[in-house]
Order: sequence, then C-alpha cells, then structure tokens
Amino acid sequence: MKKKIISLMMAAALSVTTLAACGGTDQGSAGGAAQQAEDSGSGSESTDDAGKTYALVTKSAGNAFMELLGTGFAQAVESTGGKAIIKDPQAATADAQISEIQSLISQGVDSILVAANDPSALTAVLKEATDAGIKVLTVDSDVDAASRAFFVNQASTELIGQTLLDACYDIAGGSGQYAILSATSQATNQNAWIDAMKAAAEADSKYANMELVEVAYGDDEPQKSTDQTQALLSKYPDLKVICAPTTVGIAAAAKVLQDTGSSVKLTGLGLPSEMVEYIGEDDAHSCPYMFLWNMIDLGNLAGYASVALVNGDTTGAVGEKFTAGNMGEFEVVDVDGASQIILGNPFKFDASNVQEWADKGM
Amino acid sequence: MKKKNIWQTITGSREASLVAVLVVLLVVIEIMSPSFLAPANVSQIFRNNALTLLMALGMLCVMLTAGIDISITSTLAFAGMTIGMLQKYNIIHNTFLLFLIGSAIGVVCGLLNGLIIAKAKVSPIICTMGFMYIWRGMAYVVSGNAWASGADVAGFSDFGKDGSPGPYIILILAYVIFFVVMKWTRFGRKIYAVGSNPEAARISGINVDRTVISVYTIMGFLAGLAGVLSVSIYASAQPNMQYGKEMDVIAACVIGGVSMNGGRGSVAGTFLGALIIAIIAKALPLVGIDAIAQNLVKGIIILAVVILNVITQRAMDHQNLVRREM
Repeated sequence: MKKKIISLMMAAALSVTTLAACGGTDQGSAGGAAQQAEDSGSGSESTDDAGKTYALVTKSAGNAFMELLGTGFAQAVESTGGKAIIKDPQAATADAQISEIQSLISQGVDSILVAANDPSALTAVLKEATDAGIKVLTVDSDVDAASRAFFVNQASTELIGQTLLDACYDIAGGSGQYAILSATSQATNQNAWIDAMKAAAEADSKYANMELVEVAYGDDEPQKSTDQTQALLSKYPDLKVICAPTTVGIAAAAKVLQDTGSSVKLTGLGLPSEMVEYIGEDDAHSCPYMFLWNMIDLGNLAGYASVALVNGDTTGAVGEKFTAGNMGEFEVVDVDGASQIILGNPFKFDASNVQEWADKGM
Repeated sequence: MKKKNIWQTITGSREASLVAVLVVLLVVIEIMSPSFLAPANVSQIFRNNALTLLMALGMLCVMLTAGIDISITSTLAFAGMTIGMLQKYNIIHNTFLLFLIGSAIGVVCGLLNGLIIAKAKVSPIICTMGFMYIWRGMAYVVSGNAWASGADVAGFSDFGKDGSPGPYIILILAYVIFFVVMKWTRFGRKIYAVGSNPEAARISGINVDRTVISVYTIMGFLAGLAGVLSVSIYASAQPNMQYGKEMDVIAACVIGGVSMNGGRGSVAGTFLGALIIAIIAKALPLVGIDAIAQNLVKGIIILAVVILNVITQRAMDHQNLVRREM
C-alpha cells in the first residue's frame, strides 16, 4: 500500500515536471522555433513564394546576447513576409550546431544563418547545405570563407582591435601594462580581435610604452573568469588595465575589481544591462567605458541579408550592393579574403548612456 | 604499546598523507609564485571554491552509501536560475527568503532522487543522470533565454561579495555540523553502516531506504544552497552555470579518500580533497601554465594523488594485518 502511494506520488511529480517543461518551452524561443519548423515542413512543399523560411543557428541556448540577435533577425524576416526559424543548440559547441544544421537541411529551409562556434568544424555540413540549394551566411562569428556566401560582421575586426587598444591606451594614460581576458582559446571572433589589437599596437609607435603581459582565458564561465582575473592581479602588481572583449568575462572581471577596490581599470566589450553598476568615471567603479554594437540591429541586418540572398538581390560576391530593408544600402567588401558586410562602428557605453541602453533590454 | 614512528603515522592515516600532499603542493606553488599564501589569496581560494567545498559534504554522504549523484550542478543551476529570475522580475529581493527558496528547490530535487533510488531501485548513476538533464533543462526553461546579473541581483550579491563573511560562515557551519553528525550521532553511523554492508544494516534494524532517501535529500539541499551562493558570489545567474563541475566535487571526495564502493570516507578527508582541488584551480593560472594545458595538468595531479591514496590504503591494511598477527 505504502509503496503504491509513493510510486503514485513519484509518477505525479514526474508528470508535473514534464508538463511544466513542455509548457515553458512553448513560450521560449526554442519551443516556438520548433513549432515554426513544423509549419515550415509542410509549407516548403507548396510552391507559393511568400512562405520562404529563413533559419538562424545561434551559439547556444540560454545566451542573452544571442537572444537579442534572434529578436532582430525575426523582426527583419517577418517584415518581408518570411518565416524565421531560430535554433538554439543546447551547448556552445560545433557538434551541437552541426546537428541543428543537419535537421534544418532535411527540413528544406531557404537560408541558414550561423553564429559559428568553430571556424572550420562546420565546413562539411555547410557545404552539404549549399549543395542542397540552401543559402548559407554567417553572423557574429565567421567560418571559412568558402563555406558561406558572406559574413555579417558587427564591426570590422581591425576597427574593434584599434578601438579596444585605444581604450587601453587612454585608460592607462599612455603607458603601462595591460592584459586581455578572453573567452575560450578557440573562439574565432575573440582571437581575431586580439590579433587585431596586437597588430594595431605594432603599427604605431605611440603604443611603444604599452605592454601586453598576458592573454588569459576565462572560458565564458563566471567562476573561471573570476579566478583568471584574480590571477592577473596577483601576477602583475603593476597592471593598469584589463581588456575583456567578451560579455561574461567583462562582467566577472568588473565585479572582482570593484569588490576589491582595485586600482586596475577595465574596458572591453560588454552588455549594458550586465554592466550598469560597474560603469563610471570615479574610483568606485571599475569600468570607465566599454563598447558593443547593437545586437538587435545586427540581427536585423543579418535577417535582411538572408532575404536578399534567397531572393537573388545579391549573390554575395564582393562589390555587390543590396538594400537591407529600412537600414539602407550595404556593400559586400573583402577583408583579408573574407567577404562580408559591416554593420558599423563599435558603440561606446559610458556612465552617461549605459542606463538608457540597459532599460532598452540590451 | 610501541610508539609509531613518523613514517608509520604518515602511511598509517589517509588524512596525514593528504596533509603531506597538500604541504608539498603548497611548497612547490609558493616557490613558483611567491605570496600564494597571502591572506587575501587564501580567502579567495575558499570563496571561489565554496561551491565545491559545500557540495563535497553531500557527495561524501551519498558515496558512503555506495551511491553517486551527477545531477548536483543541474540542481544548482535550477535553484540558482530560479532565484536569479525572482530578482530580475522584482518578485523577491529578501536575501534570507531567496536562500530558503533555493534550498527548498534543492531539497525537492534531492528527495526525488532518493525516492527513485531507494524505492524503485534504480541505480544511482542512471537515476541522477536522468535528473541531470531534467534539472538543467528546467534551468533553461526558467531562464527563458535571459540572464540575471549585476544590477538584477544588487543587494543580494553583497552577501557573497569579496570581503563579506557570508560564504565563509556557511562553509564553517556546514563543516562543523557534518563533522559532528558523521562522527558522533546515530544518523551519521547509520550512513556508514548502510554503505559498508546494507544487508547487515537492515538486519540490525536500520531503515536502509530511509537512510538512502535522507542522503540524497541532504545532497539536494546542499546543491540548492550552492546555487544560491553561486549567484551571490558571482552576481550572475546563467542556465549553464557550473556546467560539468560535478566532476570536481566527485574528484574532491575521491582525492579525500572516499571509497566509490561505500562505507569508507571522512569529513576531514573530504575537506582536504576539496582543498587540493581548490588549490590546483587557483594555482594553475598563477604558476604560468598555459591556459590550454591547465586541464591536462589538473588531471595528472588528481590521478597522482589518488594513486598515492591507494598505496597508502594498502600500507594501512598491511600494517593492520601485521598488528593482528602479532
């Protein structure tokens, strides 16, 4: 008898959790996307032109940054009458993205937009998609140029590197030690920006007194980023600036510096909503200013670019121009052999505007 | 009775050999990176590894009953994400209440583990594997693809802030309570009894099922508590928080001499094991090992210490045997 009651209770508890899980995902974008995907499955069989489906594969689920990108992407696609499918892989790995892309190929979507977790691991599956007649493009983080039409770049790599280096130079007062706190050692965009910083530092003699002491990797985990920041502080007593070009890293480092009242200052790329309480010019705040781009705009641009590729407004060849909805005209340019369209300059967030942007949900 | 010489003392007790390992480790690190033992650094070691230290106590209880729980960091994420969202949407901001809610979520998660393992006789690794996915999934669902951070958890994060005594008080309390309970109370001895020989424990009148349910519930409680603490310490709640870190907790126990077969292990050993893991994590970036090689070195150190453990255990058994023969 007692056993029966217990097993009943367990069954009840389990079904409640399962139901809760289902109910929840329906509202979340993953569930919504899955549902749209089912719709598109039947839609793609019909030949009417309006029902084009445009897919986005983000870096991973549960990433607020990617959520904003998805919002912008869906806005743009839906404004042209198309259907947006957003797939959030469970983990931020290339493997997880490959299986998402494979299922999109079998669904027969019209375009796939990827924020790549690895520069080369997606090559084979993206070729498969291209062979199946699907337009492939990348956003936020690129893959091999041959595997996609073009890359929707948030800001040119050189410009980000230059901007970040100038910020370090400015905050350090023209000379001294600085360190970089990155995400993982394989992150495509992180490494490109760091290389751009190094290149910019060598290109101009005014940076001769700036010394990059270390590139540390916090793996985009708060705990590891905290450990790495503290290690930088105790290893380099003369350190003046930490530059964290990653949203998780900059928030973790900001907290460490601000809590310990360290004289080391911080800059980099961060989300306003996560950095509000750390940004300020005075000694009580650890980050005088930082940069980012408008993720919703980036999503918008990537959405319009997907539509333009599918409609044949552009083939993605360097030199071609197309109109991205209400955002104006963009030209495909070549940067070091990688064809891309560029959203604009990195945007500066400081004490005067960070709250306003945080309130906008960014 | 003959007095033991130093060598026998060291090889005669696992804790003593762990202390020796710790001392060697610290000396090497201190040489490579002076001021490693500065008070500020030491307090950071405890603070940054408070979660591992805390959950290792629960894992000790679970492993004493010959079980294992790999769902703990999922429980942690579920509890942490929930209290993060409660603050983000301005529902609750009371620190005490948030701790209560997070721990309660942990208790429910742990209780379900215990019930299924004890009553349905599902093997612990299978059952907790299922819940590992379920609770991690719940953390994602609860998050709705948003993060709670910085300003969202302002006020609450003061509890775990660098320099606040909060995390240390929780750690000290937990270790003192577990030390006393495991050593001197009937409940503590029951856990050991169930782990060493469940049949004998049953015959001697111990309710084995209830003991098993209790240890998983305790584990769940500590995981939930760790979830709340994590949000407070890092001022950040993300659904992937502490992903994969259950292995650090299990490694801490194994290094501390807790047997995977049940019945053997101590609070002191667990503390030393967790401390070794914590020191490795803190020291690797400091002594100039390349970031990409840090996991490799960590694995080698863990294996080396465990092998040393096995050798110590054998020496202990041998000494006991010799003593019995005499």
